[in-house]
Amino acid sequence: MDGVHDMGGMHGFGKVEPEQNEPVFHAAWEGRCLALNRAMGAIGAWTIDEGRAAIEELPPAQYLAASYYGKWALRLQNMLVKRGYIGADEIAAGHALRPGEPL
Amino acid sequence: MTRAMTHDRDHDDHEHGSELSEMQLRVRTLETVLAEKGYIDPAALDAMIEAYETRIGPHIGARVVAKAWGDPAFKHALLEDATRAVQTLGVINRVGDHLIAVENTPKLHNMIVCTLCSCYPWEVLGLPPVWYKSAPYRSRAVNDPRGVLADFGLALPADIQIRVWDSTAETRFIVLPMRPSGTDGWSEEKLAALVTRNCMIGTGLPKEPREIA
Repeated sequence: MDGVHDMGGMHGFGKVEPEQNEPVFHAAWEGRCLALNRAMGAIGAWTIDEGRAAIEELPPAQYLAASYYGKWALRLQNMLVKRGYIGADEIAAGHALRPGEPL
Repeated sequence: MTRAMTHDRDHDDHEHGSELSEMQLRVRTLETVLAEKGYIDPAALDAMIEAYETRIGPHIGARVVAKAWGDPAFKHALLEDATRAVQTLGVINRVGDHLIAVENTPKLHNMIVCTLCSCYPWEVLGLPPVWYKSAPYRSRAVNDPRGVLADFGLALPADIQIRVWDSTAETRFIVLPMRPSGTDGWSEEKLAALVTRNCMIGTGLPKEPREIA
């Protein structure tokens, strides 16, 4: 897919900015997001290629604006809804409205 | 110093502004719903996060490099099949199918990147730093590697060829840097202290012996 994610050789993004004493996570939600993605991957909610495709399919403006774990959060939500693990109504409610399926 | 401060401020604006509240809320909601439906166990997430914060990091790769510097048979095995060689050291947190070690020589310097996303050898280096995942690194590493190295304060002689390896979900790379001179007879543990994360990505060199004396 020839998308905005295919960044090799693009111009105009500026200098690389290494960070001194970088923490593993910059906010608690980043760690939760990583772990949620890996946990759902581990139970077979999507394969590594499907997960990667789900990030590449983010709309270009959203892709460029989101941080790394921000993209993971968007992928997680999109895949969970697409694969039927949770409903958009449950996200809106902030709670489960139906029991989960046996894994 | 000025640059670090500027960067921190930019970083704060980015991470702790609107994205923080939006993403914090989004992730918390997804975790709540998934836990209520029985798909995930929050305690298992805690354990996974703790592993990445404390146990899985570049110290593993440093052990691999130091062993390769001190043990010719291991070095040979590492360059032949890094996936298998690191498993003999008890590294089992595989993230891709293949790990490939690329060796620096006096004439060749290797660098790794993932232009398409941010593939990285988690099993030996832990989670990637923000700069590795950033658009500037992903875009420029392949067409201006010397410029990127300059951003890290590294200037290599013009006669050293730079080879850039583009990672994929299946194939990930680790750079085997050159063993610093003046380290004859050093233990693997002492050698490992010279191995920086960035020298295993190719955006740095190992420390000099005097830096850890």
